[in-house]
Amino acid sequence: MSIEIRNISKRFGNFVALDNLSLDIPTGELVALLGPSGCGKTTLLRIIAGMETPDAGSVLFGGQEATHIHARERQVGFVFQHYALFRHMSVFENVAFGLRVRPRKDRPSEAEIRERVMGLLKLVQLDWLAPRYPSQLSGGQRQRIALARALAVEPKVLLLDEPFGALDTKVRKELRRWLRRLHDEMHISSVFVTHDQEEALEVADRVVVMNRGHIEQIGSPDEVYSSPASPFVYQFLGNVNVFHSRLHGAWAEVEREGEEPGSASIAFVRPHDIELDVAPLKGGMTAGVLHVHRIGPVVRVELEHDGETIEVELTRERAASLDLSVGKTVWIKPRQAKVFAAEAAGPTARQPFLF
Amino acid sequence: MTARRATAEPRWVRLLLTAVALGFLFLFLVLPLIAVFWEAFAQGAQAYWEALKDSEARSAMLLTLTIAALVLPFNIAFGVAAAWAIAKFEFRGKSLLTTLIDLPFAVSPVVAGLIFIILFGAQGFFGSWLAANDIKIIFALPGMLLATLFVTFPFVARELIPLMQAQGRDEEEAAISLGASGWQMFWRVTLPNIKWGLMYGVILANARAMGEFGAVSVVSGHIRGETNTLPLHVEILYNEYNQIGAFAAATVLAFLGLVTLVAKTVVEWRMRKETEMLTADLPPEKTELPPIAATEHP
Repeated sequence: MSIEIRNISKRFGNFVALDNLSLDIPTGELVALLGPSGCGKTTLLRIIAGMETPDAGSVLFGGQEATHIHARERQVGFVFQHYALFRHMSVFENVAFGLRVRPRKDRPSEAEIRERVMGLLKLVQLDWLAPRYPSQLSGGQRQRIALARALAVEPKVLLLDEPFGALDTKVRKELRRWLRRLHDEMHISSVFVTHDQEEALEVADRVVVMNRGHIEQIGSPDEVYSSPASPFVYQFLGNVNVFHSRLHGAWAEVEREGEEPGSASIAFVRPHDIELDVAPLKGGMTAGVLHVHRIGPVVRVELEHDGETIEVELTRERAASLDLSVGKTVWIKPRQAKVFAAEAAGPTARQPFLF
Repeated sequence: MTARRATAEPRWVRLLLTAVALGFLFLFLVLPLIAVFWEAFAQGAQAYWEALKDSEARSAMLLTLTIAALVLPFNIAFGVAAAWAIAKFEFRGKSLLTTLIDLPFAVSPVVAGLIFIILFGAQGFFGSWLAANDIKIIFALPGMLLATLFVTFPFVARELIPLMQAQGRDEEEAAISLGASGWQMFWRVTLPNIKWGLMYGVILANARAMGEFGAVSVVSGHIRGETNTLPLHVEILYNEYNQIGAFAAATVLAFLGLVTLVAKTVVEWRMRKETEMLTADLPPEKTELPPIAATEHP
């Protein structure tokens, strides 16, 4: 079922959580709401679920007005960051809960409930845990049970609030690939909230990048990474070097087309989009090596140019062939850069790599 | 010299502290308890039973149990409602409500009793209206119930607020999103989660309800065989130099206290066991997930 969000606003006291936000989620898509904490992504998810009421705007499910439908009638499956399993019920009873609370006339028989619950537990590959209690499960198992419980009521929409946030890295990676495959099996619309860019880029069909209560960009994972629509998106997705125009010798010509000469601009360059060589590069500039960090498959080189730090990422092979050492002078040149007007970058440009 | 941990106190300090603590315990708890039973049985078991079988003593016991039983449902209802409101919702005046719940602990029980006299007494605000409609509150059971309620209502709420705050709202929200009604959510999710805390609060409130003297004394009127609770009965008999009767009644109160102590310990033990269960060591994470079989789609 498709979800349409129309001009939603929500405040908490003086804090504007959502500012006139609109979003369409087509049927069957897995959409990630990505943004820093406090950007309103969880509030948006809770409004879709009916757990918060928007101050203004409306939510439509499959084209039908749903803004004032109570959470229990929305047929929405909700998965919480901290699982929210019923601690005094066995795994079986947790999954059966949604079926047992149905009005008598809609309630399946005990045999049907049993069949349905065991089917779901098989789906999440935890049928052998049915008699256990949530406290006896690991984090990853709990989250899969929470998912099975949400699916038991045959929701039209599945909402996940930072579903892997409380898990450790290895389990998280395993589980999110598994969620992707599960989503492809279920054919329902899913929305999940995350602050982890890697997670959003890997799992989602579409990524909605949010900041300060509004949407910065909507696009496929590739789109939002390779052509960010705003300085914020550029900085939030991956590392970036920020250059202010007119400050950097050979690179000072960063002025946009159609812009009056002299207006301030900011150029963004990803660390892996900078060419680095020990021999002079045409149109490049020189920099001194400050640090060389070997981080798994990549080597991150910190350079010093004119009193500022620039980060460059190289493959291990490239770094080995260059034989970099601290204090060495190298040549650098951007392969591609993105330029924004300085005021567009404005207050959002407070990221670690701003010089 | 034997090796000892750098943080350990010298032996004499430890012995002194233990002796002081045990000495106090003996002087103020064990000795009085022994004295109560000693005095009660001073003229033998026969006299003790006679004192307990006295009709006024029996009616005092009955009244104490009646008041405790009648106050209980109100305490549960108020405690759960107040704790729920405070722990799970944000609203104006929340901190004021939290403070007000503690009021009975701060106010002297005698003052609490006087409040009800001022409100419902013959010369009180509602006195003439009550008299005109032939409703008796002061010097009757309703007044004693009100006074007991006043001094006992914080116990359940105080016990539940931190518990419910720690548990958060997630489980209730999950229940609602799964289609549960408000009642279903309360009976199936909220109540099972707070039952031991609730029990603990009820035991404390009950002990206070049975042992309350000050507030009840003010509103009861001390009508023998009618508005005398067990603690009031003890006082009356003692003032009349009826040592055996006073101490026999006191043993009943002491016995109720011991029962409370045992019940409290059992509930505490259950609570601890349950929290231990919640923080039990988790089995190792199983990270290998086999592929999803399409046929298992529910």
